Amino acid sequence: MLEIKNLQVQLEEEDKQILKGVDLSLEAGKVHAIMGPNGSGKSTLSYVLSGKGGYEVTAGSAHLEGNDILSMEPEERAAAGLFLAFQYPVEIPGVGNMTFLRTAVNSQRKLRGEPEMSAGEFLKVVRAKAKDLKIDAEMLKRPVNVGFSGGEKKRNEILQMAMLEPKMCILDETDSGLDVDAMKLVAQGVNALRDGKRTFLVITHYQRLLDHIKPDVVHIMAAGRIIKSGGPELALQVENNGYSDLLEGSA
Amino acid sequence: MVLPSSEAATRSAMHDDGLISSPGAWAKEVRQSAAERAQNQGLPERRDEYWKYTRPDFFVQESVTLEAQVSPKIQIFNNQLKAEILFENAVLAAETLPKVANCSIESLDDAADLDLHWVSDIYGKLELAGQYPVRRSLAALNTAKASQGVLVHATGQVSDPIRIHAVCAGRTDAIIHHVVKVDAGASVTLIETGQYGARCNVVMEVEVADTGHFHHIRVQDDHEIHALTHIFARIGADSTFKSFTMTSGGKMTRNECILELIGDNSAVSVAGACLGDNDFHHDDTVFITHDAVNCESRQVFKKVLRNGAVGVFQGKILVKAGAQKTDGYQISQSLLLDEDSQFLAKPELEIYADDVACSHGSTCGAIDEQALFYLRSRGIPEAKAVDLLTLSFMAQAIEEIEDSKISAAILNHLTDTLEAR
Repeated sequence: MLEIKNLQVQLEEEDKQILKGVDLSLEAGKVHAIMGPNGSGKSTLSYVLSGKGGYEVTAGSAHLEGNDILSMEPEERAAAGLFLAFQYPVEIPGVGNMTFLRTAVNSQRKLRGEPEMSAGEFLKVVRAKAKDLKIDAEMLKRPVNVGFSGGEKKRNEILQMAMLEPKMCILDETDSGLDVDAMKLVAQGVNALRDGKRTFLVITHYQRLLDHIKPDVVHIMAAGRIIKSGGPELALQVENNGYSDLLEGSA
Repeated sequence: MVLPSSEAATRSAMHDDGLISSPGAWAKEVRQSAAERAQNQGLPERRDEYWKYTRPDFFVQESVTLEAQVSPKIQIFNNQLKAEILFENAVLAAETLPKVANCSIESLDDAADLDLHWVSDIYGKLELAGQYPVRRSLAALNTAKASQGVLVHATGQVSDPIRIHAVCAGRTDAIIHHVVKVDAGASVTLIETGQYGARCNVVMEVEVADTGHFHHIRVQDDHEIHALTHIFARIGADSTFKSFTMTSGGKMTRNECILELIGDNSAVSVAGACLGDNDFHHDDTVFITHDAVNCESRQVFKKVLRNGAVGVFQGKILVKAGAQKTDGYQISQSLLLDEDSQFLAKPELEIYADDVACSHGSTCGAIDEQALFYLRSRGIPEAKAVDLLTLSFMAQAIEEIEDSKISAAILNHLTDTLEAR
């Protein structure tokens, strides 16, 4: 699904290398997790893949189903099936959540040359999906993320993911700022989208989230590189011993 | 363009037949003194403090330089409102004046003949009061010369909004003067759409009695025009005055709003959402005087500018001695979509009472890159994402509109205007 090869990235504004050659191969239908200490480059990886400005790719490649995504605009990557659940979802006052969702769904359809979803059809679908995530009608009407609690913002990210039906979902520290109940709800939403074809890249600091979203593969990232990959047991090892053992091992 | 000396310009601007055209002693007297007022003050010049950011040339020169378009591409409120007043080429279509319950609507042209005392109590009087401390000689000139306008007297609750729609073609030079009186316990909403002329000098005088409520909505979207408007309002106790303007057209527009709060416990709001593109200059000049206790005033102006468009804001809150418990709020913000556009702001507070809360803020910024990326990452193309962030930016100004049906119509109009460009 997603092939990342020797991805090297530095900041545009300063000569600072953040990713120093990342290799990742994500098969369709699998859940991969990336763990790593602060500043290891996890969030940068998610931003570079989804097309945020401010970064310069100095080497390497990233292909989604064989398409070179690094040469695409962010909206084209989204239409190609990439989705990033933000660590800090952005508030957009004055734009209704529903308007935003419908604009996003139909913009992607338009970019893919598909017919737009009618207002009636959209309403039916969004209501059903919102209900599963315990998002009420009031939250759909309110401006995008304005006045939402931390949990509501993350649930709203998952609702967008459910509506946009991406092939490749990147979750950037979706567990940050969530209490246990909110985390379970979000994890349920994510698990409901696992269909054997959709691929997930879950970025997290803690093993906690991985109790609820069971990964197939766990990668440890440090100083801009993947230093170790393994099964779910790797996450437990981090939980028990921290990152220091792994970091020493790789040095 | 050479600006003629002010005395000569005043003479030339007043020497035609428009002056003192209506019969009736009161009108003659009021117009004569307004003409003298304008003459003594002289026409605005660029060195005047309040004309520093907006060149007065187009408004004072003899000839009209633009050709008005017949009508804008996108219409608002068309055939939706029951009560409509039509102006064609700066002349009121008097035969079409609507009948509205709890409200009398007459033509200014007939005022003297009709001997409407309430009109003579307001016409030119509020304009005169608004000449101090800042002189506004083009408004005085309007009082002297205007023969066209409507006289709206709300005597009770007027249930549906009244719309004034103006169409014009060619080089129409429009001088329009409206007079509005809202009685105690009465309420009325007035909507102005279209443009009176390729060059407009519009004055609206509004007297809101104690417990009266006045709402004004204005849409300025024709492009080939130079427009100067003044609203002079005097607001009594326990009453409301709200004026909202959406501007997306006009080569040069200056909207002045001069409000005086003379009764306690009242609330006023002047707001504007402005979408400027290319050869576009838009100026909001507001002067709010608090001369009563426990009144609230709000000024909320949002401008989104691109391709060299210029936005100006000059807003003042004057709190007189004794106007305690005043709550004054003023915000003027611009979103500059490129490096060619400009926003010039001059917020002013002058306070002579010691128990007041006044806040003001003026900002000028670029698009929020983080928000733009968020929208694009959801598949929304950049141009559409900028439009959504433009609407988001303007939301606070649109929220000043009390009637949710009208604010929804304005929002739709803004969305359509963005999509069409």
